[in-house]
Amino acid sequence: MAEQTTPGHEPYYVPERSKLAIMAALGLFLSVFGAATFINSNSGKFSDAGGGGWLLTIGIAVFIAVLFSWFRTTIIENRAGMNSAQVRRSYVLGMQWFIFSEVMFFAVFFGSLYYVRVHVGPWLSGAGEKGVTTLLWSGFNFEWPLMQTPQEAVGGVANQMMANNGVFTGPERNLAFPGFKEMFAWLPLWNTVILLSSSFTVHVAHHALKADQRKKFTTWLLITVALGFIFVALQAVEYYEAYHHYGLKLSSGIYGTTFFMLTGFHGVHVIIGATMLLVQLLRTFKGHFTAEDHFGFEAASWYWHFVDVVWVGLFLFVYIL
Amino acid sequence: MYQKAMRLYRLALGPVLLLLSSIGSSAWAQGPTEWRHPNQVNMPVGVTEVSAQIHSIHMTVFWICVAIGVAVFSTMFYSILVHRKSRGYKPSHFHESTKLEIAWTIVPFIILIVMAVPATSTIIAIYDTEDADLDILVTGYQWKWKYEYIDPAGENISFFSSMSTTPEEIAGTAPKGENYLIEVDEPVVIPVNKKVRFLLTANDVIHAWWVPEFGIKKDAIPGFINEAWARPLKTGFYRGQCAELCGRDHGFMPVVVSVVEQEEYDSWLTAKKEEAAQIKELMAKHFTLPELVQQGQQIYNRVCVACHGPNGEGGIGNALAKSAIVTGALDETLDTVVHGVPGTAMQAFGGQLNDVELAAVTTYIRNSFGNNMGDMTQPVDVFNFKKGQ
Amino acid sequence: MDAHAHHGPAKGLTRWLFTTNHKDIGTMYMWFSFAMFILGGAFAMIIRAELFQPGLQMVNPEFFNQMLTLHGLVMVFGAIMPAFVGLANYMIPMMIGAPDMALPRMNNWSFWILPFAFAMLVSTLFMEGGSPNFGWTFYAPLSTTYAPPSVTFFIFSIHIMGMSSIMGAINIIATVINMRAPGMTYMKMPMFVWTWLITAFLLVAVMPVLAGAVTMMLMDIHFGTSFFSAAGGGDPVLFQHVFWFFGHPEVYIVILPAFGVVSQIIPTFARKPLFGYDSMVYATASIAFLSFLVWAHHMFTVGMPIAGELFFMYATLLIAVPTGVKVFNWVTTMFRGSMTFETPMLFCIGFIILFTIGGFTGVMLAIAPADFQYHDSYFVVAHFHYVMVAGAVFSMTAAIYYWLPKWTGKMYDETLGKTQFWIAFIGFNLAFFPQHFLGLAGMPRRIPDYALQFTNFNMLSSIGAFIYGGAQVLLGFNVIRTIVAGKPVNDPKVWDGAQGLEWTLPTPAPYHTFTTPPEVK
Ligand code: HEA
Ligand code: HEA
Ligand code: HEC
Ligand code: CUA
Ligand SMILES: [Cu+2]
Repeated sequence: MAEQTTPGHEPYYVPERSKLAIMAALGLFLSVFGAATFINSNSGKFSDAGGGGWLLTIGIAVFIAVLFSWFRTTIIENRAGMNSAQVRRSYVLGMQWFIFSEVMFFAVFFGSLYYVRVHVGPWLSGAGEKGVTTLLWSGFNFEWPLMQTPQEAVGGVANQMMANNGVFTGPERNLAFPGFKEMFAWLPLWNTVILLSSSFTVHVAHHALKADQRKKFTTWLLITVALGFIFVALQAVEYYEAYHHYGLKLSSGIYGTTFFMLTGFHGVHVIIGATMLLVQLLRTFKGHFTAEDHFGFEAASWYWHFVDVVWVGLFLFVYIL
Repeated sequence: MYQKAMRLYRLALGPVLLLLSSIGSSAWAQGPTEWRHPNQVNMPVGVTEVSAQIHSIHMTVFWICVAIGVAVFSTMFYSILVHRKSRGYKPSHFHESTKLEIAWTIVPFIILIVMAVPATSTIIAIYDTEDADLDILVTGYQWKWKYEYIDPAGENISFFSSMSTTPEEIAGTAPKGENYLIEVDEPVVIPVNKKVRFLLTANDVIHAWWVPEFGIKKDAIPGFINEAWARPLKTGFYRGQCAELCGRDHGFMPVVVSVVEQEEYDSWLTAKKEEAAQIKELMAKHFTLPELVQQGQQIYNRVCVACHGPNGEGGIGNALAKSAIVTGALDETLDTVVHGVPGTAMQAFGGQLNDVELAAVTTYIRNSFGNNMGDMTQPVDVFNFKKGQ
Repeated sequence: MDAHAHHGPAKGLTRWLFTTNHKDIGTMYMWFSFAMFILGGAFAMIIRAELFQPGLQMVNPEFFNQMLTLHGLVMVFGAIMPAFVGLANYMIPMMIGAPDMALPRMNNWSFWILPFAFAMLVSTLFMEGGSPNFGWTFYAPLSTTYAPPSVTFFIFSIHIMGMSSIMGAINIIATVINMRAPGMTYMKMPMFVWTWLITAFLLVAVMPVLAGAVTMMLMDIHFGTSFFSAAGGGDPVLFQHVFWFFGHPEVYIVILPAFGVVSQIIPTFARKPLFGYDSMVYATASIAFLSFLVWAHHMFTVGMPIAGELFFMYATLLIAVPTGVKVFNWVTTMFRGSMTFETPMLFCIGFIILFTIGGFTGVMLAIAPADFQYHDSYFVVAHFHYVMVAGAVFSMTAAIYYWLPKWTGKMYDETLGKTQFWIAFIGFNLAFFPQHFLGLAGMPRRIPDYALQFTNFNMLSSIGAFIYGGAQVLLGFNVIRTIVAGKPVNDPKVWDGAQGLEWTLPTPAPYHTFTTPPEVK
């Protein structure tokens, strides 16, 4: 029936029935059900049924297997020429809007950081329109990074004028900009350099691919992936330092909270992005991609640039300012 | 057909308008104290200037909306009745009119400005908490209110105010009283014609302190203080309820304010202070074991039973019968009761019960439900324990 | 290789499990949503039965709170949203001349996540400590420090529901941007497509925000963070800001597709083109834009600084302008038309009246000082059921009657349809109109028992709710009867005034449509 198309129209490829979707939904369900069970029984908050760990592992395994087979299928379809230009545009749109949704996710945490720093902190220490609140936290001085939590300021849990909902102990040291003298011993700076240059290297790789210079392409892509993983490793070192030497933890009050949540989610996205790029690298070894058609790589590189931009925001608002 | 329909339409319009105007007028008909009565359909005018202002904005906006509604719906019903196919009406085909569209963008905009002006001035008045004659710190607890009168001389008095409706009334095994669910054991008392500032906070979750006749509703948020104020112009009892979902007994957390003449307020205050002094005396007293257990049981059944069960068998909270903590070192039990358990529903009762009550309840749980410690905690022990921490 | 395009559907259960067909997926979405509607309705019936008279009769307060929470969540996320996503799946490709949705496999994934997510959510009822009991708005710290253990399951079910919505929305955006038939310019798209395009944008923008909110909860509960605790330098109100930054656009996510449906149906039965198409598009876009600037009108009583109070009041009031434009356009479309009043049209007229009333109470709520009296009272409950039930549910019902013949090739029973409308209309108003009075007279929402002076209106309200519930039984019956034994229709157009590509297709619509795009002039 392909003959029926109007001149100039390629048929839009609508895939056949597929098990992928429902298996993916199942994998996702097992993962989150397992995760919830696991967290409930292990966080020390609720004692609960065991078995969550297993469920979580199985769920993730199923999910990863499905994702693998899903991408495999689409890649095979694409290489078999089933994707018209229009289909490809759908993928492009899909990726772009997915990244937009990620932007909004990070916006929540940046927004929260703004709110606690600009509004809540001053209120708790007696400034601004809700300054009367200081009656509850007398002695609390707001500074950023927050080294002493309101709870500590009033002398601990027993003295706070509200029910106990956890113990929050400020850090001994923070990870803010240490001044120009010690700048070079400051990991975040190196991380910034690494991530920014990786954005550059992936860009070079892209150009090489467009010019059909395969060798150059794989080299620069390899460098990018390496930089990505180095970043993750350094980040791990930083976390280790924070936890073991700085006393900076998730429970260090709102500074620790925002610090770890923002850098943590960013770190997770770096891992995802680097993995995506790694997959593209492996695909090039199998001879995938042409100078014209390399959406897999392009999507991964967009994602990588996005992760990079988030880092710039982090560097500015979490570390420097 | 058409004639008949029009007649029906006019017939229907009458009752609708009548209903609407009855909503409007009923508010004016009632005096403020009779506001809470069956079939009340409107907001109270209330007994403060602010509540009256709110009421008047409410009515203004309401009538504007009614007017717009009448205009829009009568146009629509006119078309429905006249421009119908069954009457052979042929459709026209217009589908644009820039003039019309500009008009119905601008006119609503202007109407909105008319609404916003009085609203703005009222909210500015509501936010003006300066120069209060009296400050009261109101703390929301699951599920009661604590009122603390802030005394410039530092002699604050404070008390809890919980719902006094009985479980039997709620279960329907006893007849329900007139003020079912909106009555408390001890109302907050304030003088008439004085600007009273309420500082609102909460101990556990968010509650909201609402007295309709004062035009006040403000959230009580743990760890923060919100301000509200009222200058009631009439004496009487004013009732409201907690207005933020705060857990199981959110529906059973009424607010009752008793507004009294200044002299009456003064004597009430003096009595309160004497009462506080008496409790202070009790603190120094040495009780016997049966005294403590008996008093402890009362407190247990009032405060703890909801979570720990009538026989200490547990529920929301852990079982106290044979509990390692309750049958362990005395300090450990005291610590749990006074400071609570971090991050759980077990609150720090150190600030909610006085030292006599804490001593009694601690003694009670250590000597009941099969726990047989035989030891006693005296108020002074609690006092020392608290100080030692 | 495209030969299978003319195959009909596969046989058996796997047709539904593995399908990539937009009509199958749309159908599943709609049936799923109907099931959830009944479930959510059953919860509502428990609420209304308990509130029939003062005192505690049927349930204890703890269970009441669980019913309340699940009712809100199931209705909003399980009934209304999937209903309109299903409708979008079914209708958008047919309306813009596309062969299917842009990303068909992902489409199936978005759907199948939902049954799992809701199974997980509802399973919390059977867990130790019971299901979530903190209201559909789950304010911290009630939902964190004071939550039952099942909160963790709740959090993850919101996460995956959100993923489903985001993927569904991305699919719709890609379809509308990329799959329109030649000649179908943006300003020629049917209004339903337009409203969905904008809704999809809202979804992609705010579902991640909800995900962020529940993630923070998870961290506060289990991992020691202090987002929502002043003791660590956080603020419970932060939760509310994040939640309502999602939550307010969410209510327009619920209503914009409904606007779209009404804008399709009224011209059909008025036999006159939609008045002010362009301004409809701009109005929808403005509503979406403004919806990002008004979130804190749900928080007038949390004690914001006065500047915030005023800003959010003004911004909220502004939304009345574009919404008014829509209402006026619908009325003017009817004006000097040649109207008939089949069931879909009746529901649309009901929609306009009741939605507008709900909008008016919205404007009243937006007046910050007055909201100090309305907030968290039954006045708010009345407001949002007017916009969500008489808005979204009425318009969805209209959509079902309107397109049912196209979907099934059979005609529903008109008398039964009209009867259902009148029962629904009367039941609805009986149930929710008295709630305005209750709220103004001082009855807080979310309480299992109430003071004696509220007795009469509560009884009325409960009776109305039961009647309204009965009307839903009729709806289900009418749809099933149509599928099983409806009179066949063969006319592609079904309604003589209908316009649009979907009516150029044979009735019932074939399994695959527009494998070759039509030319739109
Ligand atoms: C479909 C969902 C929907 C829709 C469309 C709306 C529409 C609106 N809502 Fe509503 N709202 C909810 C769902 C919705 N809402 C829900 C679920 C809640 C409660 C959540 C919870 O707490 O659980 C809520 C709560 C809520 C509050 C908080 C109340 C409180 O808790 O104290 C406020 C306050 O401003 C508000 C305002 C508005 C306004 C101004 C509109 C406007 O968009 C309405 C605009 C429409 C019109 C005005 C009518 C037509 C216009 C004309 C005919 C033009 C001329 C009119 C004038 C000039 C007045 N809503
Ligand atoms: C779109 C969303 C939506 C829809 C459709 C509905 C539909 C209904 N809702 Fe509600 N509702 C909410 C969204 C919605 N609701 C939200 C968000 C809240 C706030 C929750 C919170 O505070 O956290 C709320 C809260 C809420 C309350 C306030 C509770 C409280 O504050 O204490 C009440 C009380 O009357 C109520 C009633 C109803 C009724 C009677 C219906 C009816 O329309 C339902 C009709 C449907 C059926 C009945 C099902 C179909 C029929 C059958 C199953 C057959 C059996 C029928 C009989 C036994 C008669 N809802
Ligand atoms: C709102 C619920 C609630 C109330 C009211 C309450 N408790 Fe508790 N209680 C708990 C919870 C929950 C725990 C378990 C904390 C944990 O996880 O360790 C607990 C634990 C305890 C323990 C430690 C038991 C053990 O073995 O772990 C003691 C002792 C105790 N409560 C005494 C009291 C007393 C005395 C009162 C009244 C004055 C009281 N509680 C009121 C919820 C409550
Ligand atoms: Cu306290 Cu509701
Ligand atoms: Cu809103």
